[in-house]
Amino acid sequence: MPGIKRIAGCAVALDRRDVDTDQIIPASWLKRVERSGFGAGLFSAWRQDPGFVLNRPGAAEAKVLIGGANFGCGSSREHAVWALQDFGFQAVVAPSFGDIFRNNSVAAGLVPAAVSEESTARLFAALAADPDAEVVVDLATRTVGIASAGLTEPFELADYPRWRLMEGLDDIGLTLRQEPQIAAYEATRVPWLPAMAGQ
Amino acid sequence: MTGRLFDKIWDRHLVASPAGEPPLLYIDLHLVHEVTSPQAFEGLELAGRKVRRPDLTVATMDHDVPTIGLDKPIADPLAAEQIARLRRNCAEHGITLHGLGSMNQGIVHVIGPQLGLTQPGMTIVCGDSHTSTHGALGTLAFGIGTSEVEHVLATQTLRQAKPAAMAVTVDGELGPELTAKDLVLGIIRALGTGGGVGSVIEYRGAAVQALSMEGRMTVCNMSIEGGARAGMIAPDDTTFAFLEGRPHSPRGKLWEQALDDWRSLATDDGAEFDREIRIDASALRPAITWGTNPAQSVTIDDVVPDPGSMATPAQRQAAERALAYMGLTPGTAVRDITVDTVFIGSCTNGRLQDLQDAAAVVRGRKVSPGVRALVVPGSAQVKADAEAEGLDRAFTDAGFEWRSSGCSMCLGMNGDILEPGQRSASTSNRNFEGRQGPGGRTHLVSPAVAAATAVAGHFTLPGDL
Repeated sequence: MPGIKRIAGCAVALDRRDVDTDQIIPASWLKRVERSGFGAGLFSAWRQDPGFVLNRPGAAEAKVLIGGANFGCGSSREHAVWALQDFGFQAVVAPSFGDIFRNNSVAAGLVPAAVSEESTARLFAALAADPDAEVVVDLATRTVGIASAGLTEPFELADYPRWRLMEGLDDIGLTLRQEPQIAAYEATRVPWLPAMAGQ
Repeated sequence: MTGRLFDKIWDRHLVASPAGEPPLLYIDLHLVHEVTSPQAFEGLELAGRKVRRPDLTVATMDHDVPTIGLDKPIADPLAAEQIARLRRNCAEHGITLHGLGSMNQGIVHVIGPQLGLTQPGMTIVCGDSHTSTHGALGTLAFGIGTSEVEHVLATQTLRQAKPAAMAVTVDGELGPELTAKDLVLGIIRALGTGGGVGSVIEYRGAAVQALSMEGRMTVCNMSIEGGARAGMIAPDDTTFAFLEGRPHSPRGKLWEQALDDWRSLATDDGAEFDREIRIDASALRPAITWGTNPAQSVTIDDVVPDPGSMATPAQRQAAERALAYMGLTPGTAVRDITVDTVFIGSCTNGRLQDLQDAAAVVRGRKVSPGVRALVVPGSAQVKADAEAEGLDRAFTDAGFEWRSSGCSMCLGMNGDILEPGQRSASTSNRNFEGRQGPGGRTHLVSPAVAAATAVAGHFTLPGDL
């Protein structure tokens, strides 16, 4: 997974709160056994409305999605993250995220940047004035900026997930360095815990 | 701030807490299903890794399995491929699979407790957000994404920042027409759909302790609908009675040892929570959602709310969108809303007690003309148990379809869907736009209200029939 330090590009502003992962990628798309090919399914129900923000000219080139509070709530489907990435998004900026969606984003290399409600309102206003404005998400400074509107808004992303995103690290590889501790822990488990005979 | 049930379970699963990194948490049981696992197995194989603990991994098929015509090949080629993948992956990695045709097959969150795999004090994960269900037995259980599924397969651990601890205390007693579903919808209404983000909820108080195991599972199941990572209830004699004698429950001396340990799994008196909300059970009435998220609910006695009465512009905007999608007019009495379809089932309300509640309402009655009604038991065992009691006859005599187990119309992956514009009374957990099929309109209710609604053709209580 390539590291991500700075994302610069145009943005799509989706001013709705509680956008659930069923909207991001409907269940009919979850029958795929691949990690790719989900872009056409992204917000597929809402995209039937010609006025939907993803149908705006230029949206296909967007790298940043700006959303409302509790973005990515609901189902655990990581397919929602894959669909956003397939479409071209590298970061989602919102006041808050569903917990599982946020974890899935970091794992798959999509930056979940949590900004305040006030910052979100300023970003929406700037994009309403200039939908093609360049938005920069900078992981080093933890800021979302729109230079043409004079905006630099701080975002929250804990040190560890930021480091993983910037370095593009394989989480499993990191954990396997602690294999001796895992094995030591396993020797202490209580004897009544369920275990399967296997196949 | 020690002494909370959540801390006790968390602390005993810490493998390592390196400075500057989130702690590494051991996972006692990993539940796997066909939809969120194929990419995880593929990732494992591409990296040349093995499943670390196939003996702590259990698979079933539930999300896109057919619930009808099981004697024929699966008609949907994509679903058939996903199911074949799961079979192959489990065979290659030595993972126990409860596949179609097995008495142990069923919705993953129904079979865990049913088989005694879910026990107090454990950590359980699954690539499904309703994994919180297992918290009903005093377990720390939460949903994960596919990358995390791969991580658990490879390491039997997860790296997790510790969530906050929230208490939801329900005082008083639920009235006779009230069920666990009405309670949890009331809790989510109070919490808001994002109110629990970043938290693990412990449900406490007299009304929670009085719930059956099935009812506790219904409550914990929907924790995620309030945004919470997990929900849990301290184990007690109800829990122990439920577990005794199940296939994977400890026996003999181990049962006694386990009981001693499980009795210590309670929040200590005086322990503080990061946040606490209190609900008065006696003030609740049967709940029904009117909008497109589970926090948008009213009681059966209410009318469809007016967005103009909402507290914030964001809520108003969300309510206007939701009502437009749902095709509802503010001020309409809830009891005047008619339905096309009634769905009884899901990991929220697909257990035996749920089917008993619904069957008691429909026995000797008929489904309203023009209403399509289906019952989908949560597991093959639930189906068999229900048939042994004659519940299937009560349903089919009334005009319900009696199906085989699976997730079915809860998320409409297997072809059990609403047509665009159709309206359902559903005992499932999500009323999101298109959840039960593109353009479908979902109202979440309890099994008893769903059953009464099937008979009346509009939302109603059993007592109104």
